[in-house]
Amino acid sequence: MIRCNGKRRSPPLNPKHELAVLLPIRPATACASSADRKIDQLPIGRIRAIHLLWLFLIFGVSAFAAGAQNEANQLSIARTILAWTPLLLKGFGFNILISFMSMAIGTVIGSVIGVLQISLLPPVRLSSKFLTQFFRNSPWLVLLFYCMFMIPFEITVGELRIPFPDWIKAVIGLSLPVMANVSEIVRGAINSIPSGQWEASESLAFNRRQQIWLIILPQCYKRMLPPWMNLYAILTMATVLASIVGVEEVMTLAGQVLAADGRPELLVPIYSFVLVWFFAYCYPIARWTIRLERIFALKI
Amino acid sequence: MEAFFEWFRWLYDETGINLTFIYDSFDRVRLVKGFWTTILLSAICLVFSVIIGIVGAWLQGSRLKWTRRIVQGYIQFFRNTPPLVQLYFFYFALGSLMPKVQNEWGGYEPILGNFAWAVISLSFFAGSFNVEIFRSGIEAVPASTIEAAESLGYTRLKAYIHIVLPLAFRVCLPALSNNLVNLVKTTTLAFAIAVPEMLYVSSQIWSDNVNVREMMTFLLVAYVGLVGVLVWAMNRWERAMKIPGYGSQ
Repeated sequence: MIRCNGKRRSPPLNPKHELAVLLPIRPATACASSADRKIDQLPIGRIRAIHLLWLFLIFGVSAFAAGAQNEANQLSIARTILAWTPLLLKGFGFNILISFMSMAIGTVIGSVIGVLQISLLPPVRLSSKFLTQFFRNSPWLVLLFYCMFMIPFEITVGELRIPFPDWIKAVIGLSLPVMANVSEIVRGAINSIPSGQWEASESLAFNRRQQIWLIILPQCYKRMLPPWMNLYAILTMATVLASIVGVEEVMTLAGQVLAADGRPELLVPIYSFVLVWFFAYCYPIARWTIRLERIFALKI
Repeated sequence: MEAFFEWFRWLYDETGINLTFIYDSFDRVRLVKGFWTTILLSAICLVFSVIIGIVGAWLQGSRLKWTRRIVQGYIQFFRNTPPLVQLYFFYFALGSLMPKVQNEWGGYEPILGNFAWAVISLSFFAGSFNVEIFRSGIEAVPASTIEAAESLGYTRLKAYIHIVLPLAFRVCLPALSNNLVNLVKTTTLAFAIAVPEMLYVSSQIWSDNVNVREMMTFLLVAYVGLVGVLVWAMNRWERAMKIPGYGSQ
């Protein structure tokens, strides 16, 4: 495998195509190329807590600067934001909760469907493929709307009444596309295992279930982890969609805060405040994903 | 045609499946308009995002440290924040700072409407992904090919246009079509700022006729169909552009 130590130009990934016109495609993130390395040496390349601190500091300073121009009788913008921060943080925490739950549900169901996609029974294989493609190709917002309107607010099973509040519906709605994407990740990982592994395990008299559980899947986890984390970051960013269908998360609260204060000069700071939070949460995940990709690329 | 519409009216009377957007001409017209708005929004965003991608990839190869840093910052910021919050930020926050112009009725309206802001926001969002895609494509062109072009007397610009870009484009195409599909799906977010695209129009129709179930099912099928056609077309294009002997078969 290629070592990304930057000492030498990496040879083609696939020796089969030595005469090819082009170098093989490498994902921009998987392996450090010359320009990538330059970027990596930038301070933005390796995120540390100090950078986030800087981010907040810059934001704070700009907010104070904006507040200084304000009339004296009104609370400065920074103070106002500070006053609302606990409320907004609570909303953001709710976003994280939604993302965790959707990810959990989506991962469990998606893994099952992903394994079913390589089933030997054509009906099972085709129906799970169809399910995956259908939910992967429909917009997240439409699926969210679908669950919002289609799931009843409570289900009565005999005596038992199971209520479905809005946020539970949002969790279900967001877990559908996650499920489809996880399913594709699982299928992709299984397909990326060299066919020699299947043949070798077959020649050692493993049956199909043993092949999958003992030989193939254990090799898949590592490959699945980076795209799975990437998906989690995408999901976290998608949780804001729940605000459109009326779940009380950070965007809804931000809108309410703006409505409550009714000061147009708060618009930019509050929205950038929320943007910065999401950035602070998702960017480390993205960096970590890239790092894991590199580590795993070395060890295959 | 009338008989066809009549049949759907009959369907509603018999089964309660109320597909107003087929038999009711008012709903039909606005749904078709919404559909074209979705297509138009996707197409304009696609063009702008590709331009942003090409310019960004070119700037990322710049010798100036700060140009590279700014481009990198742009990419990371737009990739790691929710597109919906970006849209709100552009439309509500930046939109409120924009000057207002007088319209023909004497009222004042913002210089950029919601459609324009949706285009700007979504283009920047999709563009941030395109920069990385184009950069990886350009890097995949080996130096020896460029050297060969130079030895044949190509100038740097000519070599870039005739040799590097056509090759890089083929490498980019799978990732680019992936991003395009994502873009089409992301246009639904324009719902949040009341751009009359398909989702918004559908929500109007279901509020008027209380046929949520039918509209939702239709929407889901329509988007999956739209994306399906797109994926099929891009796959065909990819196959048509393929260089023999390169890449997996």
